[in-house]
Amino acid sequence: MAPRVGVLVFPGTNCEFDVIEAVSALGGEGTTLWHGDRTLGDVDAVVVPGGFAHGDYLRPGAIARFSPIMTAVADFANSGGPVVGICNGFQVLTEAGLLPGALQKNRGLKFLCQMTELVVAAADSTLTAGIAVGTRLRIPINHFEGNYTCSAETLSMLIADDRVVFRYADNPNGSINDIAGICSAERNVVGLMPHPERASSALLGSTDGALLLGSLLMTAATGERPAVAAVGA
Amino acid sequence: MLFAVHVEVRLRAGIADPQGATIERSLPALGFVGVRDVRVGKSIRVVIESRDDLSARAAVDDMCTRFLTNPVIEDAVIVIVAAPVGAAV
Repeated sequence: MAPRVGVLVFPGTNCEFDVIEAVSALGGEGTTLWHGDRTLGDVDAVVVPGGFAHGDYLRPGAIARFSPIMTAVADFANSGGPVVGICNGFQVLTEAGLLPGALQKNRGLKFLCQMTELVVAAADSTLTAGIAVGTRLRIPINHFEGNYTCSAETLSMLIADDRVVFRYADNPNGSINDIAGICSAERNVVGLMPHPERASSALLGSTDGALLLGSLLMTAATGERPAVAAVGA
Repeated sequence: MLFAVHVEVRLRAGIADPQGATIERSLPALGFVGVRDVRVGKSIRVVIESRDDLSARAAVDDMCTRFLTNPVIEDAVIVIVAAPVGAAV
């Protein structure tokens, strides 16, 4: 059976159908999940897509984290379910406390919309399972607040625990340690600023994002929970 | 009693403030020289019903920690600007 990917929709989300299209092209089944709902239904993975949830009021992700669906997402994540936050979705996951750190305004105060080159830094996250460390991927960014920051202690912890999943080959936004994406301690929650769904077809200029979404589908299909193999049911 | 409370949300020291930096770079064009340390923050005003100023401040402090600021990059200065603004309800 095709793995089912639930894609969250907040008021202001605008990448949900791009994600569903990309997932469908890879043999998955995408379905939208409304932010006001309290359950995820029968999904095998959750994507928090890009956009401007709640208009980015107060801070990107600050209001979305209080949506009823986020309690269900946190329960799903804490039970080992694969959860991926892309761009605004990454911001939502940091605000919700599912990933550490924060995304501040880009160095240079410019909205950036461009292709970037990423270097895979961890090969066992839900988004990079089976993709070798050092693999270079061309995936675009599209953000104003994409400059990842965290305390010195958090950065040491992320590096020591091998939780930096992607680094920019040529840092476009000032992110600390060139970080483009990180994962949770259990490696099942991943947040990244670049948009893999926008690099999922040759027509879009790159198919490298399909590798990542394919990894997500594989993780979702097998029900394997990286690094929490002992968890049953 | 009703208390009017002002919250100034500031970027923590060491957090890049590209808006502040851009304003600072622009000021000399208007003839303002020698301006430094320009920082841009947010100003939030609330009116809160509370039994006294200590509990009003405690409630706003909790709002700041859980919602109004992101403690990773921001902190807040809380000032009770008028107390009380109305009679007890």
